[in-house]
Amino acid sequence: MLEIESLTKQFFGLTAVDDISTRFERGQVSAIIGPNGAGKTTFFNLVAGTHKPSSGRIRFNGQDVTGLRPDHVAKLGIARTFQTTHLFDNATVLDNLIVGHRLRTRSGLWDVLANTRRLQEEERLCREKAREALDFVGLSHVAHRIAADITQEERKRVAFALALATDPELLLLDEPAGGVNPEETVGLAALIRKLVDHGKTVCLIEHKMDMIMRLADKIVVLNNGAKIAEGTPEQIRRDPQVIEAYLGADHVAV
Amino acid sequence: MNWLQGKTGWALLAAAALVFPLFAQNNYLISVATQAFIMAIAALGMNLITGYTGQFNLAHGAFMAVGAYTVGILTVDHQVPFWIAFLAAGVVTAVLGYFIGLLSLRLRGHYFSIFTLCVSYIMFLLIEKWESLTHGPVGIMGIPAPTGIGPLQFGTPLSQYYLVLAFLVLGLWIMARIVRSLLGRSFMAVRNSDDLAEALGIDLMRTKTLSFVLSVVYAGFAGALYAGQVRFLGPDLASEAVTFDLVMFVLVGGIGTLLGPLLGTFIVTWLTQSLQFLQDYRMVVFGPVLIALIIFLPDGIVGTWLKRRAQRADAAQAAKAATPGAAAQEAQNNA
Repeated sequence: MLEIESLTKQFFGLTAVDDISTRFERGQVSAIIGPNGAGKTTFFNLVAGTHKPSSGRIRFNGQDVTGLRPDHVAKLGIARTFQTTHLFDNATVLDNLIVGHRLRTRSGLWDVLANTRRLQEEERLCREKAREALDFVGLSHVAHRIAADITQEERKRVAFALALATDPELLLLDEPAGGVNPEETVGLAALIRKLVDHGKTVCLIEHKMDMIMRLADKIVVLNNGAKIAEGTPEQIRRDPQVIEAYLGADHVAV
Repeated sequence: MNWLQGKTGWALLAAAALVFPLFAQNNYLISVATQAFIMAIAALGMNLITGYTGQFNLAHGAFMAVGAYTVGILTVDHQVPFWIAFLAAGVVTAVLGYFIGLLSLRLRGHYFSIFTLCVSYIMFLLIEKWESLTHGPVGIMGIPAPTGIGPLQFGTPLSQYYLVLAFLVLGLWIMARIVRSLLGRSFMAVRNSDDLAEALGIDLMRTKTLSFVLSVVYAGFAGALYAGQVRFLGPDLASEAVTFDLVMFVLVGGIGTLLGPLLGTFIVTWLTQSLQFLQDYRMVVFGPVLIALIIFLPDGIVGTWLKRRAQRADAAQAAKAATPGAAAQEAQNNA
Protein backbone atom coordinates (compact mmCIF):
# COMPACT_ATOMS: atom_id res chain seq x y z
CA MET A 1 0.00 0.00 0.00
CA LEU A 2 2.80 2.38 0.94
CA GLU A 3 6.16 1.86 -0.69
CA ILE A 4 9.21 3.78 0.40
CA GLU A 5 12.24 3.77 -1.82
CA SER A 6 15.64 4.99 -0.57
CA LEU A 7 14.06 7.95 1.23
CA THR A 8 16.56 10.52 2.46
CA LYS A 9 16.17 13.83 4.24
CA GLN A 10 19.01 16.17 5.06
CA PHE A 11 18.70 19.30 7.19
CA PHE A 12 21.73 21.50 6.52
CA GLY A 13 24.07 18.57 6.24
CA LEU A 14 22.51 16.59 9.08
CA THR A 15 21.01 13.41 7.69
CA ALA A 16 17.79 12.87 9.65
CA VAL A 17 16.47 10.09 7.45
CA ASP A 18 19.09 8.04 5.68
CA ASP A 19 18.24 5.97 2.63
CA ILE A 20 15.23 4.12 4.04
CA SER A 21 13.40 1.60 1.88
CA THR A 22 10.46 -0.38 3.17
CA ARG A 23 6.82 -1.14 2.46
CA PHE A 24 3.66 -1.20 4.54
CA GLU A 25 1.00 -3.71 3.61
CA ARG A 26 -2.72 -3.07 3.52
CA GLY A 27 -4.63 -4.24 6.58
CA GLN A 28 -1.56 -4.53 8.79
CA VAL A 29 -0.18 -2.71 11.77
CA SER A 30 3.36 -1.58 11.11
CA ALA A 31 5.43 -0.03 13.83
CA ILE A 32 8.44 2.20 13.61
CA ILE A 33 10.67 2.07 16.63
CA GLY A 34 14.04 3.46 17.54
CA PRO A 35 15.78 5.57 20.17
CA ASN A 36 14.98 9.28 20.52
CA GLY A 37 16.32 11.25 17.58
CA ALA A 38 16.37 8.20 15.32
CA GLY A 39 14.33 10.06 12.70
CA LYS A 40 10.93 8.45 13.30
CA THR A 41 8.86 11.63 13.34
CA THR A 42 10.86 13.05 10.43
CA PHE A 43 10.00 9.89 8.53
CA PHE A 44 6.30 10.54 9.20
CA ASN A 45 6.73 14.17 8.18
CA LEU A 46 8.15 13.04 4.85
CA VAL A 47 5.32 10.61 4.18
CA ALA A 48 2.66 13.13 5.23
CA GLY A 49 4.20 15.89 3.12
CA THR A 50 5.19 18.23 5.94
CA HIS A 51 8.79 18.05 4.72
CA LYS A 52 9.94 17.43 1.18
CA PRO A 53 12.46 14.58 0.97
CA SER A 54 15.97 15.34 -0.29
CA SER A 55 15.82 12.22 -2.42
CA GLY A 56 13.88 8.98 -2.73
CA ARG A 57 10.35 8.00 -3.67
CA ILE A 58 7.11 7.50 -1.77
CA ARG A 59 4.33 5.56 -3.49
CA PHE A 60 0.82 5.25 -2.08
CA ASN A 61 -1.44 2.71 -3.81
CA GLY A 62 0.95 2.82 -6.73
CA GLN A 63 0.70 6.60 -7.06
CA ASP A 64 3.81 8.72 -6.61
CA VAL A 65 3.13 11.08 -3.70
CA THR A 66 6.70 12.26 -3.14
CA GLY A 67 6.82 15.93 -2.17
CA LEU A 68 3.07 16.52 -2.27
CA ARG A 69 1.65 19.09 0.15
CA PRO A 70 0.12 17.70 3.39
CA ASP A 71 -3.42 18.64 2.40
CA HIS A 72 -3.06 16.73 -0.87
CA VAL A 73 -1.68 13.70 0.94
CA ALA A 74 -4.62 13.85 3.36
CA LYS A 75 -7.09 13.98 0.48
CA LEU A 76 -5.50 10.89 -1.03
CA GLY A 77 -6.30 8.98 2.15
CA ILE A 78 -3.34 9.26 4.51
CA ALA A 79 -4.30 10.68 7.90
CA ARG A 80 -1.90 11.40 10.71
CA THR A 81 -1.97 12.22 14.39
CA PHE A 82 0.59 14.26 16.29
CA GLN A 83 2.30 13.63 19.60
CA THR A 84 0.18 16.44 21.03
CA THR A 85 -3.21 17.24 19.59
CA HIS A 86 -4.17 20.89 19.65
CA LEU A 87 -7.88 21.05 20.26
CA PHE A 88 -9.93 24.20 20.55
CA ASP A 89 -10.38 24.05 24.30
CA ASN A 90 -13.46 26.26 24.56
CA ALA A 91 -15.52 24.17 22.14
CA THR A 92 -17.11 20.79 22.70
CA VAL A 93 -15.38 17.61 21.61
CA LEU A 94 -17.94 17.08 18.86
CA ASP A 95 -17.46 20.63 17.60
CA ASN A 96 -13.75 20.00 17.38
CA LEU A 97 -14.32 16.96 15.19
CA ILE A 98 -16.69 18.40 12.61
CA VAL A 99 -13.91 20.03 10.61
CA GLY A 100 -12.31 16.59 10.17
CA HIS A 101 -14.45 15.75 7.17
CA ARG A 102 -14.09 19.21 5.60
CA LEU A 103 -11.59 17.90 3.03
CA ARG A 104 -14.29 15.73 1.45
CA THR A 105 -16.66 18.71 1.01
CA ARG A 106 -16.71 21.38 -1.64
CA SER A 107 -18.78 24.25 -0.24
CA GLY A 108 -17.11 27.60 -0.74
CA LEU A 109 -17.85 31.21 0.06
CA TRP A 110 -20.77 31.37 -2.32
CA ASP A 111 -22.46 28.39 -0.70
CA VAL A 112 -22.07 30.10 2.66
CA LEU A 113 -23.54 33.41 1.53
CA ALA A 114 -26.45 31.82 -0.32
CA ASN A 115 -26.85 29.03 2.24
CA THR A 116 -27.14 26.51 -0.57
CA ARG A 117 -28.52 23.02 -0.26
CA ARG A 118 -25.04 21.66 -0.91
CA LEU A 119 -23.73 23.47 2.17
CA GLN A 120 -26.55 22.22 4.37
CA GLU A 121 -26.07 18.71 3.07
CA GLU A 122 -22.31 18.83 3.64
CA GLU A 123 -22.64 20.30 7.13
CA ARG A 124 -24.99 17.46 8.02
CA LEU A 125 -22.54 14.96 6.55
CA CYS A 126 -19.59 16.40 8.50
CA ARG A 127 -21.56 16.29 11.73
CA GLU A 128 -22.54 12.68 11.02
CA LYS A 129 -18.93 11.71 10.28
CA ALA A 130 -17.79 13.37 13.50
CA ARG A 131 -20.39 11.40 15.48
CA GLU A 132 -19.47 8.14 13.78
CA ALA A 133 -15.79 8.70 14.47
CA LEU A 134 -16.53 9.55 18.09
CA ASP A 135 -18.65 6.41 18.46
CA PHE A 136 -15.91 4.35 16.89
CA VAL A 137 -13.31 5.46 19.41
CA GLY A 138 -15.81 4.95 22.23
CA LEU A 139 -16.18 8.55 23.26
CA SER A 140 -19.79 9.36 22.43
CA HIS A 141 -20.40 10.08 26.12
CA VAL A 142 -18.01 13.07 26.03
CA ALA A 143 -19.38 14.53 22.77
CA HIS A 144 -20.75 17.57 24.55
CA ARG A 145 -17.98 18.08 27.09
CA ILE A 146 -15.62 20.97 26.38
CA ALA A 147 -12.29 19.83 25.01
CA ALA A 148 -10.34 21.49 27.85
CA ASP A 149 -11.83 19.08 30.37
CA ILE A 150 -11.19 15.67 28.89
CA THR A 151 -8.42 13.36 30.10
CA GLN A 152 -5.13 12.71 28.34
CA GLU A 153 -6.32 9.29 27.21
CA GLU A 154 -9.55 10.78 25.86
CA ARG A 155 -7.48 13.36 24.02
CA LYS A 156 -5.55 10.52 22.35
CA ARG A 157 -8.82 8.96 21.29
CA VAL A 158 -10.10 12.29 19.98
CA ALA A 159 -6.95 12.53 17.87
CA PHE A 160 -7.81 9.11 16.39
CA ALA A 161 -11.37 10.27 15.76
CA LEU A 162 -10.16 13.42 14.03
CA ALA A 163 -7.93 11.34 11.75
CA LEU A 164 -10.78 8.89 11.12
CA ALA A 165 -13.19 11.65 10.14
CA THR A 166 -11.03 12.35 7.09
CA ASP A 167 -11.99 8.88 5.71
CA PRO A 168 -8.41 7.63 5.45
CA GLU A 169 -7.08 4.31 4.22
CA LEU A 170 -3.79 4.67 6.05
CA LEU A 171 -3.34 6.17 9.51
CA LEU A 172 0.03 7.40 10.71
CA LEU A 173 -0.08 7.53 14.50
CA ASP A 174 2.73 9.36 16.27
CA GLU A 175 3.05 7.94 19.80
CA PRO A 176 -0.63 7.08 20.15
CA ALA A 177 -0.07 5.84 23.71
CA GLY A 178 2.42 8.48 24.85
CA GLY A 179 1.71 9.76 28.34
CA VAL A 180 -1.10 7.40 29.29
CA ASN A 181 -1.06 4.72 31.98
CA PRO A 182 -0.68 0.94 31.35
CA GLU A 183 -4.38 0.05 31.55
CA GLU A 184 -5.25 2.85 29.16
CA THR A 185 -2.48 1.71 26.85
CA VAL A 186 -4.18 -1.68 26.59
CA GLY A 187 -7.41 0.06 25.67
CA LEU A 188 -5.70 2.13 22.99
CA ALA A 189 -4.00 -0.96 21.56
CA ALA A 190 -7.42 -2.62 21.32
CA LEU A 191 -8.68 0.46 19.49
CA ILE A 192 -5.83 0.26 17.00
CA ARG A 193 -6.69 -3.42 16.42
CA LYS A 194 -10.29 -2.37 15.87
CA LEU A 195 -9.16 0.15 13.24
CA VAL A 196 -7.40 -2.62 11.32
CA ASP A 197 -10.39 -4.94 11.70
CA HIS A 198 -12.45 -2.24 10.02
CA GLY A 199 -10.22 -2.18 6.98
CA LYS A 200 -7.79 0.57 7.91
CA THR A 201 -4.04 0.25 7.64
CA VAL A 202 -2.02 1.58 10.55
CA CYS A 203 1.54 2.71 10.88
CA LEU A 204 2.66 3.91 14.29
CA ILE A 205 5.60 5.27 16.19
CA GLU A 206 5.75 4.06 19.76
CA HIS A 207 8.15 3.60 22.63
CA LYS A 208 6.08 1.12 24.61
CA MET A 209 7.71 -2.13 23.61
CA ASP A 210 5.21 -4.60 25.07
CA MET A 211 2.41 -2.81 23.25
CA ILE A 212 4.34 -2.92 19.99
CA MET A 213 5.31 -6.55 20.35
CA ARG A 214 1.72 -7.59 20.87
CA LEU A 215 0.18 -5.28 18.31
CA ALA A 216 2.47 -4.99 15.32
CA ASP A 217 2.51 -7.30 12.32
CA LYS A 218 5.75 -5.76 11.22
CA ILE A 219 8.38 -3.63 12.89
CA VAL A 220 10.89 -1.28 11.29
CA VAL A 221 13.78 -0.24 13.51
CA LEU A 222 15.54 3.06 12.91
CA ASN A 223 18.77 4.25 14.43
CA ASN A 224 20.53 7.51 13.52
CA GLY A 225 18.15 7.94 10.61
CA ALA A 226 18.91 4.59 9.01
CA LYS A 227 16.94 1.36 8.99
CA ILE A 228 18.83 -1.25 10.97
CA ALA A 229 16.25 -4.02 10.99
CA GLU A 230 12.83 -4.97 9.74
CA GLY A 231 10.59 -7.95 10.41
CA THR A 232 7.99 -9.56 12.61
CA PRO A 233 8.09 -8.92 16.36
CA GLU A 234 9.68 -12.36 16.81
CA GLN A 235 12.51 -11.57 14.39
CA ILE A 236 13.06 -8.13 15.90
CA ARG A 237 13.17 -9.50 19.42
CA ARG A 238 16.05 -11.78 18.43
CA ASP A 239 17.97 -9.33 16.23
CA PRO A 240 21.29 -8.63 17.98
CA GLN A 241 21.74 -5.29 16.22
CA VAL A 242 18.38 -4.11 17.50
CA ILE A 243 19.08 -5.30 20.99
CA GLU A 244 22.32 -3.42 21.02
CA ALA A 245 21.05 -0.19 19.49
CA TYR A 246 17.70 -0.01 21.14
CA LEU A 247 17.74 -1.93 24.36
CA GLY A 248 21.41 -1.47 25.19
CA ALA A 249 24.27 -3.93 24.89
CA ASP A 250 23.68 -5.44 28.34
CA HIS A 251 20.36 -6.91 27.16
CA VAL A 252 22.14 -9.18 24.68
CA ALA A 253 22.83 -11.72 27.36
CA VAL A 254 19.14 -11.95 28.38
CA MET B 1 -28.70 36.06 32.00
CA ASN B 2 -29.75 33.06 29.94
CA TRP B 3 -32.58 34.88 28.22
CA LEU B 4 -29.99 37.29 26.80
CA GLN B 5 -28.47 34.59 24.65
CA GLY B 6 -29.14 33.96 20.99
CA LYS B 7 -31.78 35.70 18.95
CA THR B 8 -33.34 37.65 21.84
CA GLY B 9 -30.03 39.27 22.67
CA TRP B 10 -29.33 40.27 19.10
CA ALA B 11 -32.88 41.63 18.69
CA LEU B 12 -32.48 43.71 21.85
CA LEU B 13 -29.18 45.08 20.59
CA ALA B 14 -30.74 46.00 17.24
CA ALA B 15 -33.69 47.62 19.00
CA ALA B 16 -31.34 49.66 21.18
CA ALA B 17 -29.47 50.84 18.08
CA LEU B 18 -32.76 51.74 16.37
CA VAL B 19 -34.08 53.88 19.22
CA PHE B 20 -30.72 55.37 20.23
CA PRO B 21 -31.22 58.58 18.18
CA LEU B 22 -34.44 59.30 20.14
CA PHE B 23 -32.42 59.53 23.32
CA ALA B 24 -29.34 61.23 21.89
CA GLN B 25 -29.79 64.91 22.59
CA ASN B 26 -27.78 66.22 19.67
CA ASN B 27 -26.29 65.50 16.28
CA TYR B 28 -22.82 65.26 17.78
CA LEU B 29 -23.71 62.11 19.71
CA ILE B 30 -25.39 60.66 16.67
CA SER B 31 -22.32 61.18 14.51
CA VAL B 32 -20.08 59.74 17.23
CA ALA B 33 -22.29 56.64 17.25
CA THR B 34 -22.20 56.51 13.44
CA GLN B 35 -18.41 56.55 13.51
CA ALA B 36 -18.41 53.87 16.16
CA PHE B 37 -20.55 51.72 13.85
CA ILE B 38 -18.10 52.30 11.01
CA MET B 39 -15.20 51.27 13.22
CA ALA B 40 -17.24 48.26 14.35
CA ILE B 41 -17.56 47.12 10.72
CA ALA B 42 -13.78 47.36 10.33
CA ALA B 43 -13.28 45.58 13.67
CA LEU B 44 -15.60 42.77 12.54
CA GLY B 45 -13.32 42.26 9.54
CA MET B 46 -10.16 42.35 11.62
CA ASN B 47 -11.68 39.76 13.93
CA LEU B 48 -12.14 37.34 11.03
CA ILE B 49 -8.46 37.14 10.11
CA THR B 50 -7.07 37.74 13.60
CA GLY B 51 -9.69 36.23 15.90
CA TYR B 52 -11.05 33.35 13.85
CA THR B 53 -8.09 32.54 11.60
CA GLY B 54 -5.33 33.42 14.05
CA GLN B 55 -3.25 35.65 11.76
CA PHE B 56 -2.57 38.95 13.52
CA ASN B 57 -2.92 41.46 10.70
CA LEU B 58 -1.49 44.88 11.55
CA ALA B 59 -2.32 46.46 8.19
CA HIS B 60 -6.06 46.47 8.75
CA GLY B 61 -6.35 50.23 9.32
CA ALA B 62 -4.38 50.88 6.13
CA PHE B 63 -6.92 48.85 4.15
CA MET B 64 -9.65 50.99 5.66
CA ALA B 65 -7.74 54.03 4.33
CA VAL B 66 -7.50 52.39 0.90
CA GLY B 67 -11.29 52.01 0.84
CA ALA B 68 -11.80 55.58 2.00
CA TYR B 69 -9.32 57.02 -0.50
CA THR B 70 -10.87 55.02 -3.33
CA VAL B 71 -14.17 56.75 -2.63
CA GLY B 72 -12.50 60.13 -2.06
CA ILE B 73 -10.42 60.07 -5.25
CA LEU B 74 -13.19 58.70 -7.46
CA THR B 75 -15.92 61.04 -6.26
CA VAL B 76 -13.90 64.26 -5.92
CA ASP B 77 -11.38 63.99 -8.74
CA HIS B 78 -13.35 61.90 -11.20
CA GLN B 79 -16.98 62.80 -10.37
CA VAL B 80 -17.92 59.14 -10.03
CA PRO B 81 -21.30 58.67 -8.31
CA PHE B 82 -20.94 57.74 -4.64
CA TRP B 83 -22.35 54.22 -4.78
CA ILE B 84 -20.23 53.19 -7.73
CA ALA B 85 -17.18 54.51 -5.90
CA PHE B 86 -18.42 52.61 -2.85
CA LEU B 87 -18.47 49.32 -4.76
CA ALA B 88 -15.09 50.16 -6.27
CA ALA B 89 -13.71 50.55 -2.74
CA GLY B 90 -14.67 46.95 -2.06
CA VAL B 91 -13.11 45.72 -5.29
CA VAL B 92 -9.88 47.69 -4.86
CA THR B 93 -9.32 46.47 -1.29
CA ALA B 94 -10.16 42.91 -2.30
CA VAL B 95 -7.65 42.89 -5.17
CA LEU B 96 -4.96 44.63 -3.13
CA GLY B 97 -5.71 42.33 -0.20
CA TYR B 98 -5.40 39.28 -2.42
CA PHE B 99 -1.88 40.16 -3.53
CA ILE B 100 -0.69 41.40 -0.16
CA GLY B 101 -2.25 38.32 1.44
CA LEU B 102 -0.53 36.00 -0.99
CA LEU B 103 2.79 37.58 -0.09
CA SER B 104 2.42 38.09 3.65
CA LEU B 105 0.57 34.90 4.58
CA ARG B 106 3.62 32.84 3.64
CA LEU B 107 4.98 34.04 6.96
CA ARG B 108 3.78 32.60 10.23
CA GLY B 109 3.00 34.07 13.62
CA HIS B 110 4.89 37.19 14.65
CA TYR B 111 6.68 37.38 11.32
CA PHE B 112 3.34 37.87 9.62
CA SER B 113 2.39 40.64 12.05
CA ILE B 114 5.67 42.47 11.60
CA PHE B 115 5.45 42.14 7.83
CA THR B 116 1.91 43.55 7.76
CA LEU B 117 2.98 46.39 10.03
CA CYS B 118 5.57 47.28 7.39
CA VAL B 119 2.97 46.96 4.64
CA SER B 120 0.77 49.32 6.62
CA TYR B 121 3.57 51.87 6.88
CA ILE B 122 4.34 51.63 3.16
CA MET B 123 0.69 52.26 2.40
CA PHE B 124 0.73 55.26 4.73
CA LEU B 125 3.81 56.65 2.99
CA LEU B 126 2.26 56.09 -0.43
CA ILE B 127 -0.86 57.97 0.58
CA GLU B 128 1.13 60.79 2.13
CA LYS B 129 3.70 61.20 -0.66
CA TRP B 130 1.79 60.39 -3.84
CA GLU B 131 0.36 63.89 -4.09
CA SER B 132 -0.89 63.67 -7.66
CA LEU B 133 -3.19 60.81 -6.67
CA THR B 134 -4.03 61.36 -3.02
CA HIS B 135 -3.50 65.12 -2.55
CA GLY B 136 -0.74 64.24 -0.06
CA PRO B 137 -0.79 65.73 3.43
CA VAL B 138 -3.50 68.24 2.43
CA GLY B 139 -5.96 65.39 2.16
CA ILE B 140 -9.15 65.14 0.14
CA MET B 141 -11.87 67.64 0.93
CA GLY B 142 -15.47 67.98 -0.12
CA ILE B 143 -16.34 64.30 -0.52
CA PRO B 144 -20.06 64.10 -1.32
CA ALA B 145 -22.41 62.39 1.13
CA PRO B 146 -23.87 59.12 -0.09
CA THR B 147 -26.44 59.90 -2.76
CA GLY B 148 -30.03 58.94 -2.08
CA ILE B 149 -31.38 55.53 -3.00
CA GLY B 150 -34.95 56.00 -4.25
CA PRO B 151 -36.87 57.93 -1.60
CA LEU B 152 -34.07 57.58 0.96
CA GLN B 153 -31.74 60.55 1.36
CA PHE B 154 -28.51 60.47 3.36
CA GLY B 155 -27.75 64.17 3.85
CA THR B 156 -28.51 64.43 7.55
CA PRO B 157 -26.58 62.86 10.43
CA LEU B 158 -29.68 60.90 11.43
CA SER B 159 -30.15 59.32 8.00
CA GLN B 160 -26.43 58.53 7.85
CA TYR B 161 -26.73 56.87 11.22
CA TYR B 162 -29.38 54.50 9.92
CA LEU B 163 -27.49 53.90 6.68
CA VAL B 164 -24.36 52.85 8.53
CA LEU B 165 -26.42 50.81 10.98
CA ALA B 166 -27.95 48.94 8.04
CA PHE B 167 -24.47 48.09 6.74
CA LEU B 168 -23.33 47.02 10.19
CA VAL B 169 -26.30 44.66 10.52
CA LEU B 170 -25.63 43.27 7.04
CA GLY B 171 -21.93 42.85 7.81
CA LEU B 172 -22.71 41.11 11.07
CA TRP B 173 -25.23 38.81 9.44
CA ILE B 174 -22.76 37.76 6.76
CA MET B 175 -20.04 37.29 9.37
CA ALA B 176 -22.35 35.08 11.44
CA ARG B 177 -23.05 32.98 8.35
CA ILE B 178 -19.36 32.60 7.62
CA VAL B 179 -18.07 31.71 11.07
CA ARG B 180 -20.84 29.21 11.78
CA SER B 181 -20.34 27.40 8.47
CA LEU B 182 -17.85 24.74 7.39
CA LEU B 183 -15.79 27.58 5.97
CA GLY B 184 -15.61 29.19 9.41
CA ARG B 185 -14.59 25.84 10.86
CA SER B 186 -11.70 25.71 8.40
CA PHE B 187 -10.61 29.18 9.54
CA MET B 188 -10.75 28.13 13.18
CA ALA B 189 -8.86 24.91 12.45
CA VAL B 190 -6.04 27.02 11.01
CA ARG B 191 -6.07 29.20 14.11
CA ASN B 192 -5.93 26.19 16.42
CA SER B 193 -2.93 24.61 14.76
CA ASP B 194 -1.96 25.08 11.16
CA ASP B 195 -0.03 21.80 11.14
CA LEU B 196 -3.09 19.89 12.29
CA ALA B 197 -5.35 21.77 9.86
CA GLU B 198 -3.06 20.90 6.98
CA ALA B 199 -2.92 17.26 8.06
CA LEU B 200 -6.73 17.30 7.96
CA GLY B 201 -6.57 18.25 4.31
CA ILE B 202 -7.18 21.98 4.59
CA ASP B 203 -5.35 24.04 1.98
CA LEU B 204 -3.61 26.51 4.29
CA MET B 205 -2.70 29.18 1.79
CA ARG B 206 -6.10 29.22 0.15
CA THR B 207 -7.96 29.29 3.44
CA LYS B 208 -5.81 32.04 4.92
CA THR B 209 -5.94 34.14 1.76
CA LEU B 210 -9.72 33.88 1.58
CA SER B 211 -10.03 34.96 5.20
CA PHE B 212 -7.59 37.82 4.61
CA VAL B 213 -9.44 39.09 1.54
CA LEU B 214 -12.82 38.88 3.26
CA SER B 215 -11.49 40.73 6.27
CA VAL B 216 -9.95 43.58 4.27
CA VAL B 217 -13.14 43.95 2.23
CA TYR B 218 -14.87 44.75 5.52
CA ALA B 219 -12.15 47.34 6.15
CA GLY B 220 -12.58 48.71 2.63
CA PHE B 221 -16.32 49.19 2.98
CA ALA B 222 -15.88 50.67 6.44
CA GLY B 223 -13.42 53.14 4.92
CA ALA B 224 -15.86 53.95 2.11
CA LEU B 225 -18.61 54.68 4.64
CA TYR B 226 -16.14 56.76 6.64
CA ALA B 227 -15.36 58.87 3.57
CA GLY B 228 -19.07 59.50 2.99
CA GLN B 229 -19.68 60.38 6.61
CA VAL B 230 -16.65 62.48 7.56
CA ARG B 231 -16.35 63.97 4.03
CA PHE B 232 -12.67 64.70 4.57
CA LEU B 233 -9.69 62.35 4.38
CA GLY B 234 -6.12 62.79 5.54
CA PRO B 235 -3.19 60.34 5.43
CA ASP B 236 -3.54 59.86 9.19
CA LEU B 237 -6.33 57.41 8.50
CA ALA B 238 -3.64 55.01 7.26
CA SER B 239 -1.46 55.43 10.34
CA GLU B 240 -0.88 52.46 12.61
CA ALA B 241 -2.88 54.27 15.33
CA VAL B 242 -6.12 53.31 13.56
CA THR B 243 -5.05 49.67 13.39
CA PHE B 244 -4.16 49.65 17.08
CA ASP B 245 -7.54 51.19 17.92
CA LEU B 246 -9.14 48.29 16.06
CA VAL B 247 -6.93 45.81 17.90
CA MET B 248 -8.05 47.37 21.17
CA PHE B 249 -11.73 47.14 20.23
CA VAL B 250 -11.38 43.48 19.33
CA LEU B 251 -9.39 42.61 22.46
CA VAL B 252 -11.67 44.45 24.87
CA GLY B 253 -14.82 42.91 23.41
CA GLY B 254 -13.45 39.42 22.95
CA ILE B 255 -11.28 38.13 20.14
CA GLY B 256 -12.76 35.34 18.06
CA THR B 257 -16.35 36.03 19.08
CA LEU B 258 -19.13 37.52 16.96
CA LEU B 259 -20.35 40.10 19.44
CA GLY B 260 -16.91 40.97 20.84
CA PRO B 261 -15.67 43.47 18.24
CA LEU B 262 -19.01 45.26 18.34
CA LEU B 263 -19.19 45.52 22.08
CA GLY B 264 -15.52 46.46 22.29
CA THR B 265 -15.96 49.29 19.80
CA PHE B 266 -19.02 50.67 21.60
CA ILE B 267 -17.53 50.41 25.09
CA VAL B 268 -14.18 51.95 24.21
CA THR B 269 -15.82 54.74 22.19
CA TRP B 270 -18.23 55.44 25.03
CA LEU B 271 -15.39 55.42 27.55
CA THR B 272 -13.20 57.81 25.54
CA GLN B 273 -16.21 60.09 24.97
CA SER B 274 -17.19 60.22 28.62
CA LEU B 275 -13.59 60.91 29.63
CA GLN B 276 -13.36 63.89 27.23
CA PHE B 277 -13.73 66.37 30.09
CA LEU B 278 -10.38 65.20 31.48
CA GLN B 279 -8.71 66.27 28.24
CA ASP B 280 -5.11 65.08 28.13
CA TYR B 281 -5.41 63.41 31.52
CA ARG B 282 -7.99 60.95 30.24
CA MET B 283 -5.20 58.57 29.29
CA VAL B 284 -4.28 58.39 32.97
CA VAL B 285 -7.67 56.81 33.60
CA PHE B 286 -8.01 54.99 30.31
CA GLY B 287 -4.62 53.27 30.41
CA PRO B 288 -5.07 51.52 33.78
CA VAL B 289 -8.63 50.49 32.90
CA LEU B 290 -7.33 48.85 29.74
CA ILE B 291 -4.49 47.13 31.57
CA ALA B 292 -6.85 45.83 34.25
CA LEU B 293 -9.15 44.49 31.56
CA ILE B 294 -6.36 42.63 29.78
CA ILE B 295 -5.11 41.14 33.07
CA PHE B 296 -8.46 40.10 34.50
CA LEU B 297 -10.39 39.39 31.30
CA PRO B 298 -7.77 38.15 28.83
CA ASP B 299 -10.50 36.68 26.64
CA GLY B 300 -12.30 40.02 26.51
CA ILE B 301 -15.77 40.68 27.84
CA VAL B 302 -17.69 38.40 25.52
CA GLY B 303 -14.95 35.77 25.48
CA THR B 304 -14.94 35.51 29.27
CA TRP B 305 -18.69 35.25 29.38
CA LEU B 306 -18.78 32.52 26.73
CA LYS B 307 -16.04 30.59 28.54
CA ARG B 308 -17.99 30.70 31.81
CA ARG B 309 -21.08 29.54 30.00
CA ALA B 310 -19.22 26.66 28.36
CA GLN B 311 -17.77 25.61 31.72
CA ARG B 312 -21.18 25.68 33.39
CA ALA B 313 -22.71 23.62 30.59
CA ASP B 314 -19.78 21.25 30.92
CA ALA B 315 -20.29 20.85 34.67
CA ALA B 316 -23.93 20.04 33.99
CA GLN B 317 -22.88 17.42 31.43
CA ALA B 318 -20.42 15.90 33.88
CA ALA B 319 -23.08 15.78 36.61
CA LYS B 320 -25.50 14.11 34.25
CA ALA B 321 -22.93 11.47 33.31
CA ALA B 322 -22.17 10.86 37.00
CA THR B 323 -25.73 9.85 37.92
CA PRO B 324 -26.00 6.09 37.45
CA GLY B 325 -29.38 6.27 35.74
CA ALA B 326 -28.14 8.66 33.12
CA ALA B 327 -25.00 6.62 32.58
CA ALA B 328 -27.05 3.49 32.03
CA GLN B 329 -29.25 5.41 29.64
CA GLU B 330 -26.18 6.61 27.81
CA ALA B 331 -24.79 3.08 27.59
CA GLN B 332 -28.08 1.93 26.17
CA ASN B 333 -27.99 4.69 23.58
CA ASN B 334 -24.52 3.63 22.57
CA ALA B 335 -25.37 -0.01 22.25
